[in-house]
Amino acid sequence: MFRQVAARILPRSIAAAARPFSTDVAAASAADEAFTEAWKKVIPNIDPPKTPLSFMAPRPPTASSIPSKLTVNFVLPYASELSAKEVDMVIIPATTGQMGVLPGHVATIVELKPGVMSVHEGNDVTKYFVSSGFAFVHTNSYADIIAVEAVPIDQIDQSLVQKGLAEFTQKLSSASTDLEKAEAQIGVDVHSALNSALSG
Amino acid sequence: MASNAAVPFWRAAGMTYITYSNVCANLVRNCLKEPYKSEAITREKVHFSVSKWVDGKPQKPIIRSDTPEE
Repeated sequence: MFRQVAARILPRSIAAAARPFSTDVAAASAADEAFTEAWKKVIPNIDPPKTPLSFMAPRPPTASSIPSKLTVNFVLPYASELSAKEVDMVIIPATTGQMGVLPGHVATIVELKPGVMSVHEGNDVTKYFVSSGFAFVHTNSYADIIAVEAVPIDQIDQSLVQKGLAEFTQKLSSASTDLEKAEAQIGVDVHSALNSALSG
Repeated sequence: MASNAAVPFWRAAGMTYITYSNVCANLVRNCLKEPYKSEAITREKVHFSVSKWVDGKPQKPIIRSDTPEE
């Protein structure tokens, strides 16, 4: 009997609180206030030690109105190509096709396929060929793009691409095991993407 | 939600994402112009040794290296 009463009370209070969506994260505070308060109460004479939170830059808050620029972090395992660069739009090669990301884009996680990524800033367009990776778009108009290998289009050698494409198409037709077929298919995909990047 | 929904062809063939990603990256690196190509190849050299442990003792390590043995 008591369980029924409690069950009826509980949902009403939760509904009244109107829980926020998990994608709307609050702006993180720069210092650990609860910790410093508790420290000062117990040990008022010694300065409270720094917590890891104070060493981290706080997460930029989600603005209430859509910001005018998208902030892009484009990183590779060996270098940070773009670090907190404000741009108008990026077009990323998602597995589901070319995807344009503008400021105020809904939070998304996409897997990238080998293809061209273009960064649009005013009238400048910088294009990179990305081998594969992931892109995370956050609610505060920050986009994190991570790739294993990304090169500007003009560093790609056309003749090597043609040769590779011919070689892998030939391997695909002569492949026997599943694994060989998959590898040859990957080769064909990557080289055709490189080819279209050079011509497109 | 279909749990066996369209898996990518490389996963169906038994390859993991990391293998796929590294294969893609290698293919891209091999299609670069000189001097970018030689820079990229030196940058991505791998050297590691793996040893299995049995009864608290390491067994003979497997050394995987792209640098030529001295």
